[in-house]
Amino acid sequence: MPTYVTRFGSLDQYEKGGVEIIDDDPKRYTFSNIFDVAAHSRPYEKVAVGKNRQYVLEAIRAEGDSDWRRTAHDEFALVMDGEVEVILHRLSPDEEPPEGTQGSIQLGHEPAGPRMGRVVARRGHMTLLPAHAAYRFRAEKPAVLLLQTIEGADTLYRWGEICQTH
Amino acid sequence: MTLLMDTDVIASEPNAHGYAEFTLGEFHFRRDEYFVYVKWPTGSHVMSADAFLRAMQRDVAWNFFYGIVNFDGVVGTVNHYGTVDLFAGRYNDAYRKAEMDHVENFQSENIKATFEGMLADWTNASFDPFASPEETGSAFGDKNGSNLAAVTRRRVASRRMVSCDDDEQLRTDATHPINRMFADVPQDSPSVEPEPGFESEVKAYNLFAYLSRSDVTWNPSVVSVCKDSLYCPTTEEYILPIIHGNDRVEWFVQLSDEIIWAVEDRDTGAARTRVVMKPGDVASMPANIRHQGYAPKRAMLLVWENADGALPELYATGKLPSHPVDF
Repeated sequence: MPTYVTRFGSLDQYEKGGVEIIDDDPKRYTFSNIFDVAAHSRPYEKVAVGKNRQYVLEAIRAEGDSDWRRTAHDEFALVMDGEVEVILHRLSPDEEPPEGTQGSIQLGHEPAGPRMGRVVARRGHMTLLPAHAAYRFRAEKPAVLLLQTIEGADTLYRWGEICQTH
Repeated sequence: MTLLMDTDVIASEPNAHGYAEFTLGEFHFRRDEYFVYVKWPTGSHVMSADAFLRAMQRDVAWNFFYGIVNFDGVVGTVNHYGTVDLFAGRYNDAYRKAEMDHVENFQSENIKATFEGMLADWTNASFDPFASPEETGSAFGDKNGSNLAAVTRRRVASRRMVSCDDDEQLRTDATHPINRMFADVPQDSPSVEPEPGFESEVKAYNLFAYLSRSDVTWNPSVVSVCKDSLYCPTTEEYILPIIHGNDRVEWFVQLSDEIIWAVEDRDTGAARTRVVMKPGDVASMPANIRHQGYAPKRAMLLVWENADGALPELYATGKLPSHPVDF
């Protein structure tokens, strides 16, 4: 019986595929690589690698402690490489994001609400970042997160730098 | 002789090979040992029975999916979300120019009932249309039993996230053994330490382990939901049995291994690009293309969809560009 090797990528070892054009513009395919983006990002920059109307996928380099962030809707963090600790607190009423806020925004201080719990996630693990929670990431070594969320004030767009253009 | 299977399905008595023949509007379908034959007023078509059943299985299970499900370059369906077009040659430049194309519109439940009847009757006991070719027996031969358990699998559709309360639950050895090609995928669990009272909101699970236990191929299933933003990962091996024509932009994130996509113009089938995706790669599929994937080894693919029901009309009328981002 053959032995199969499943290949995942990492910050240290990734190989990009690409768009081979026959009759089209490569920019229409918005082709990038999560590990390549994280390798060239500062810690906890939220760089969009996917955008579908208001919804985004953000590639995040986790390294050290993030700021405390707060969200009014569910988000989901998938660890693509490394290990990331997630601390969750319930937002107190006066910490709730302003009405209509999409994505996550900085909290700016230690959360006042009760601690909800802690998750330690490694490659392939998906963590719920629940609505009306504050969260902070911590990574002892550089790690990579893919965040399912909605575009917010801190979402960064670098399509021209990260995508295949020719 | 025509036999009515129920109020909407028109099926014959078994033919010489033991299979019922089906009529839907002006389309007629029959199969024999190796092939499926489709006839319509201006033309006819033949497909290998295994390819036809694999395509029909996806069309039925996905409730006609988003946009166009091409069984091949000639026959397929267009989802109008309440009604469905069944077409022949509609998205094939040569058939259009020869005026051999044909389209009929049906209520979704009517066409689905006929397709379900065809899938149930034409799938033999040895064949699982959702399995990879190495993991199923033959689709061929005269009628030989059925495989209703395989063709009526429940589609996984999480409401919040897999493992959350009252939601899709984790897969175990008892129901979903690890696939032979993912035997090396770590099965560890995240450390989840909720404070009392927050057990239902402090949640995490191993998505890659969950996917390593999938018993089907090319079958996107919802695992997390952020309003209309749906994560629909799937495990892929061999060839996507349909050519998916988009009615909106969708995105692919390659989680493991490699998939090669052949991308064509949605309406004519003219070649546009090849997209080679390796672990960590992200690519959008514009709203005016169709695509078919090739996976040499079972691979984990994250299909990311926007389920906003207004999108097909916005793209079709040009109110949104067919590509997601200008830069």
